[in-house]
Amino acid sequence: MDRLSVELCGIRLDNPVIPASGTFGYGYEFAAYYDINCLGTFSFKGTTREPRFGNPTPRIAEAEGGMLNSVGLQNPGVDAVIREELPKLRACFRKPVMANVSGFSVEEFAEVCEKLDAEPQVGWLEVNVSCPNVHGGGMSFGTDPKAAAQVTQAVKRVTKKPVLVKLSPNVTDIVRIAKACEDAGADGISLINTLLAMRIDLKKRKPILANVTGGFSGPAVFPVALRMVWQVSSAVRIPVVGLGGVHTAEQVIEMMLAGATAVEVGAANLVDPWVCRTIIRDLPGVMDQYGIHTLSEIIGGAK
Amino acid sequence: MKQSIYTIEEQTPLTASVFRMRLRGDTSEITSPGQFVNIRLDGRFLRRPISVSEREESAFTILYKILGAGTAQMARMQPGMKLDILTGLGNGFDVGPAGAQPLLIGGGAGAPPMVWLAQELLRRGASVTAVLGFNRKDEIFCADTLEALGARVVIATLDGSAGVRGFVTDAMRELPYTYFYACGPEPMLKAVWRTARTSGQLSFEERMGCGFGACMGCSCRTITGYKRICKDGPVLRKEEIVWTD
Repeated sequence: MDRLSVELCGIRLDNPVIPASGTFGYGYEFAAYYDINCLGTFSFKGTTREPRFGNPTPRIAEAEGGMLNSVGLQNPGVDAVIREELPKLRACFRKPVMANVSGFSVEEFAEVCEKLDAEPQVGWLEVNVSCPNVHGGGMSFGTDPKAAAQVTQAVKRVTKKPVLVKLSPNVTDIVRIAKACEDAGADGISLINTLLAMRIDLKKRKPILANVTGGFSGPAVFPVALRMVWQVSSAVRIPVVGLGGVHTAEQVIEMMLAGATAVEVGAANLVDPWVCRTIIRDLPGVMDQYGIHTLSEIIGGAK
Repeated sequence: MKQSIYTIEEQTPLTASVFRMRLRGDTSEITSPGQFVNIRLDGRFLRRPISVSEREESAFTILYKILGAGTAQMARMQPGMKLDILTGLGNGFDVGPAGAQPLLIGGGAGAPPMVWLAQELLRRGASVTAVLGFNRKDEIFCADTLEALGARVVIATLDGSAGVRGFVTDAMRELPYTYFYACGPEPMLKAVWRTARTSGQLSFEERMGCGFGACMGCSCRTITGYKRICKDGPVLRKEEIVWTD
């Protein structure tokens, strides 16, 4: 198994495959279908201070090569997550988990991170400054280098755990934002969140999503994500976690060659619940095919 | 939930836009009427959730309406072709509280799950009446199947071209029943919920991402908190429903 292992911010992963936040619940939902301990880790559902129902439905639309969602950070709130979800997660997953955090103010980000910092199973905090589906929060922090840096600093003050900042692709210059986060003390960057998008129902002549816009993800966004992983990993010294449209072992390797230390898999989980297990099983064979001995040696190898 | 490959055994048009598809394969996870399956189609990212109309030992039947490009693609498929399907999704109807005279209410594309439900209720000795609502006479389907099973069928059409002129709620008004089960478009469910004289269960439709409870795409509010239509539903009890508009 050592051929697949990588190190992410000082924590060893058995393999670089990580189900992305919002597509994997709190893990136990998928543990009913396979032993999720085969994963490197997973990033759990984006958690905020207060419980949130999220946006009105419809929240889902389809597009060529992917889907749009406007869920809007539905979650039971950090206290209920710690009280009810993490014990269930612990019962089926024995590795460090990535805690995905979102908020509507710098203080909220810090408060939620401080609470999750006290949870032994939380290995990394993934700070989501890039949700396109909430107003006055999420992405507004991730589109401004100063705001992203402020959130990073505030979170770093309250935790000793590694902090990854999850960035939005909906910006003019993602490198600038990533560097601002690095300068503010981020231990890693994950990218990309979904691309702001919309669809219109021809019969109703109205947007399909009740929220009008949503985040586009799925196979079609892979080349965009890959390009941004390449750009950001070339500009920062901290590790980059690549995500966006990944659904095969080959794409995991492609992301790593572009500079990703680990790779998240998002929308693919929703159409093939076993996809991450399949990718992990496929990796050794694909590595053999391309003459790759260990995955850790290929990070940024295309540069 | 199970992912498996199914072989199309039959593909029969029932109306201009409704088809019956019989699929051979593993039905072990399909356990109660009202459940649905999620079908993967070549070139489409999201699966298509469709209710199970009948279940056998090693095959099941869906009755689906062409509503968009995905279902149109399904309608072009031929017997012998294979489909990747997730089965065993959703909670399904609870036949426990049905009583002696349950009323089944199906609106348009909501009629199919009523076939398996009627089979279950009739097997338990209930006297089953089904009210089916359509726009016009030429859109009627499921009625002959339900009658052949031994259910009494009452038709409502909006234009009066068959049965009672009006909505299913117009056809229900004079009927005696001990409990109701409804599936159909949301305005119909709301009207049934408002006018039904007994308790009952309603099966909802929503645009879904995954169909198995992971993405929170199809959440709704209930009196006991948030539920996912795909995983905690699609069937909700009348008493727990909260209408948002």
